[in-house]
Amino acid sequence: MLKLVGVKKTLGTQPVLRGVDLTIPSGKLTTIIGRSGEGKSVLLKHMIGLLQPDEGQVWVGDVDISRLRGQPLNEVRKRFAMLFQGAALFDSMSVFENVAFPLKEKLRMKGPEVAARVDEMLEQVGLAGMGHKFPAELSGGMRKRAGLARALVMRPEIVLFDEPTTGLDPLMAKAIHELITTMQRTFGFTAVMVSHEIPEIFFLSDYVAILKQGRIAVMAPPAEFIRTTDPEIQEFISVGGPVVLSGAAASS
Amino acid sequence: MRPPFRFIQFVKQLHFIGYKSTFVVVLTAGFTGMVLALQGYYTLRKFGSEGLLGSAVALSMIRELGPVLAALMVTARAGSAMTAEIGIMRITEQIDALDTMAINPFQYLIAPKVVGGLIGVPLLVALFDVVGIYGGYLVGVDLLGVNAGSYWTSIESAVEWKDIYGGILKSISFGLIISWVCCYKGFYTRMSAEGLGSATTEAVVLSSVVILVWDYFLTSILL
Ligand SMILES: Nc1ncnc2c1ncn2[C@@H]1O[C@H](COP(=O)(O)OP(=O)(O)OP(=O)(O)O)[C@@H](O)[C@H]1O
Ligand SMILES: [Mg+2]
Repeated sequence: MLKLVGVKKTLGTQPVLRGVDLTIPSGKLTTIIGRSGEGKSVLLKHMIGLLQPDEGQVWVGDVDISRLRGQPLNEVRKRFAMLFQGAALFDSMSVFENVAFPLKEKLRMKGPEVAARVDEMLEQVGLAGMGHKFPAELSGGMRKRAGLARALVMRPEIVLFDEPTTGLDPLMAKAIHELITTMQRTFGFTAVMVSHEIPEIFFLSDYVAILKQGRIAVMAPPAEFIRTTDPEIQEFISVGGPVVLSGAAASS
Repeated sequence: MRPPFRFIQFVKQLHFIGYKSTFVVVLTAGFTGMVLALQGYYTLRKFGSEGLLGSAVALSMIRELGPVLAALMVTARAGSAMTAEIGIMRITEQIDALDTMAINPFQYLIAPKVVGGLIGVPLLVALFDVVGIYGGYLVGVDLLGVNAGSYWTSIESAVEWKDIYGGILKSISFGLIISWVCCYKGFYTRMSAEGLGSATTEAVVLSSVVILVWDYFLTSILL
């Protein structure tokens, strides 16, 4: 469904993506890991057409969005939602209005229906009763969760999460991970997550991919991924101790 | 696109550009009219034609100073704020977020500001002209003793519809210049706090310069 072919991108003078080939399986949770500054956010932005590749193609279903602009691109974007690394909440709107915004603008939903859905979503991300606050009044972690609510409220087909748990305390991070996986299983959307939460992501994800020197070095189910023989990747995923998968994850 | 929703955006912008600029416009207009009357009085007295003071003040106001000074005040007050607002939205990826929601930022963010400028600036210019002419009256008539009747009749006989249309045309085009330049600079802000600072400065300088240059050419066409 989502497929990048030979994607190259130079930003300024720095080659960031140097030929990314990546197929994201539909209805699964795929996590992209990699060093800071490696280009994970840049990669995610290519998937939704915020950045366009210098070379290569980005396929969403049977549409190549790598050269698409304007209305045709917007038609494709309607299938997506994205959580930005910095949350990107609209700071002229309250949390409630932020979460309601895509419902009103994209789905053309009206008053009471919107309110019910927004309140339910806010409760799920642990922001019940915070709807009236403005982004400037929230902590970093609260902003992240509000951004998550805004992304998930539309029940999109494809969701891109850029570091959904960075800056959250461990309990909240766990709750958010559970929220993402249960929503993903319930609604069956295709999820692409960028994360630094090693080893947790190996227990949550259906697939793990690593971006290294501008390419996808490994892309595999967790059990297979951790058996990679590349010493640098082994070191990267084992800094906090070797990853041990048990039960379902190991056998899947 | 749903017109009622954008209409609310437009009303917000009109309130921000227009209503919130009234204080500074009234203040500058009052003192501009007063100083014009002061200068005009001593010049005209040399020729014994103090009675023409009203027309001197009104013509300078309506043709030049009203549109130009009001536009410069709006640039400084509302234009810079527009650039900063849009620039922050750029830096914090709020504009990208609109894009990902398939909402055209030009339609949602910029169009209401441009329309707000197109309508707000002419209204402020009209206010500037009226307050300026009363400021001139205050100094000319109340302070320097010009005859009140001749102040008004000289205005009536000197000001033509052509002058008023010219003033309106100028103020509409200035409204367009301010909102376009300031939104453009904000929209293409470079991704840093430094970038935001220089975008705001550049917007104010560029908008002011374009206003003055365009004023010259428009005046030469109108005359
Ligand atoms: N708009 C831009 N202009 C120029 N360079 C950019 C731009 N955006 C990103 N870069 C550069 O591209 C590289 C990759 O950035 P990116 O934000 O994708 O990293 P990342 O892998 O998401 O890192 P992190 O884990 O810290 O979020 C960085 O070196 C960054 O400096
Ligand atoms: Mg990133």
